Amino acid sequence: MTAPGGFALGALLPPIAAEAAPFWDGARRGALWVQRCAETGRLFFPPRPTSPYAPRAAPEWVRVSGLATIWSWCVPHPPLLPPFDALSPYAVLLVALDEDPRVRMVGDWVARPGAPPGPPPRDLAIGAPVRAVFEPVSPELHLLRWTPRDPTDSEGGSR
Amino acid sequence: MLQDRVAIAGIGATPFAKRLAGSELRLALDAILAALDDAGVAPGEVDGLASYTMESSDEVEVAKCLGLGDVTFFTQVGWGGGAGPACVGQLALAIAAGQCRVGVAWRSRKRGSGGRPWAVSAGTGVAAQWTRPHGLLRPADEIALLTRRWMHETGAGREALAAVALACRNAARRNPAAIMRERPLTRDEYLAARWISEPLCLLDCCLETDGALACVLVSRERARDLRRPPVLVHAFAQGLPRQSHAMVNYWGDDPLRGPSYTCAEALWRQAAFEPADLDVAQLYDAFTPLVLWSLEGYGLCERGEAAAFAESGALELGGRLPVNTSGGGLSEAYVHGFNLILEGVRQLRGESTGQVPDAETCLVTGGEGVPTSALLLRRGG
Repeated sequence: MTAPGGFALGALLPPIAAEAAPFWDGARRGALWVQRCAETGRLFFPPRPTSPYAPRAAPEWVRVSGLATIWSWCVPHPPLLPPFDALSPYAVLLVALDEDPRVRMVGDWVARPGAPPGPPPRDLAIGAPVRAVFEPVSPELHLLRWTPRDPTDSEGGSR
Repeated sequence: MLQDRVAIAGIGATPFAKRLAGSELRLALDAILAALDDAGVAPGEVDGLASYTMESSDEVEVAKCLGLGDVTFFTQVGWGGGAGPACVGQLALAIAAGQCRVGVAWRSRKRGSGGRPWAVSAGTGVAAQWTRPHGLLRPADEIALLTRRWMHETGAGREALAAVALACRNAARRNPAAIMRERPLTRDEYLAARWISEPLCLLDCCLETDGALACVLVSRERARDLRRPPVLVHAFAQGLPRQSHAMVNYWGDDPLRGPSYTCAEALWRQAAFEPADLDVAQLYDAFTPLVLWSLEGYGLCERGEAAAFAESGALELGGRLPVNTSGGGLSEAYVHGFNLILEGVRQLRGESTGQVPDAETCLVTGGEGVPTSALLLRRGG
């Protein structure tokens, strides 16, 4: 599983749960998808077979904008595993989605779409706006990452 | 409710080191035999067993090797460092309910020489696919992310984390069994330590230790006839909050309201005393921030005040609430928190190397950040 940039995840990619397939299908098409409770309309993540808010109603999948704000982050240093040992220090973000800030997602910070994960700028801040980008690391697997928003990213910025 | 009906009557441990000879089973047997000797109970009397799901020395092997009696209660508790107090607590419930009479709880682990789980496993359950492909690989990374947010929300700085590391190290310096016994630590050394996962540095992380520990439980009545001063299990609770995830507790409404809050509510509901009455506490410390979050979660200070509480010196011996008085996982040994249970017993027997004068009550907690458990212990008599 090696990307053109040499990003080989190997054993770091655990088995993909069947109920998460729509997320990864969306990622391959450059779009962020999450589940929504069919009864309450509340978004939730990570994916699961049932909605925690109405467990007898099958959850729906919806596309969201990919716009989010930074909730927190960490910067791992060695000892690490390949390929991340060579990328360290890099910033792993936890972001809160614009559609519902209670829905959070992990992803590496990148300076621009296509850039490798790396050290964050000194002014990286909790609350800063970011947008989703998807990095193809194999034909099957496109990884979610987060990059600073452009001024034009008012909506639908996940392209 | 337990309410002092069951006692811890014996404790035992191996030495602690980065590398010990012998298997995890061998170490477990040594610790259990030491605990039975301490209690003055024969192996053939043991009929209850409890350990962690992550324990490699299983109850069949232990019973077979030690010549235990017919075992009528046995259980394993999940979620790593969250399990320790629950091993003791579930065994105590079983004794109180008449399921067994003499129980042994133990944990044996070669985490010092036996490799790092994060480097070989596929991660924690189904959540791993949302974290590990992004290089969020280790428990330190998972907790570092929550730590930065906690600092943001409370205004706490690294000084608060340092206060925890220093309190544990200062206690370990008095404990001949502690791995860090000969290694003094200053605030400046803490602040200069290398990063592991910003904002956590090396000295925010627990030791990597080989070692095993065990304790023996009997009814309060039986304990009166045994050789050691009984330490009573006053209350026990577990906590698995709604919408929580183990280690990566990122998806609840309030990720900083961790499992300790749920556990604390059930624990204090059963107690005949209050947080303010605690003489000493042993708070799970795989990472320094877990101690601060447990202070808040168990009501030992108000939410958002743990940093100021720690920086005031409250956690040190002689402070308002001494914690981890043997050095804890940060400076005595990291054996999934079981050493915290034994130190709670020593405090209430009056035989700790970091003794709190006339200690009568002690809180012992399991890991914050995972489905957890806690005990309130009380001096017998």
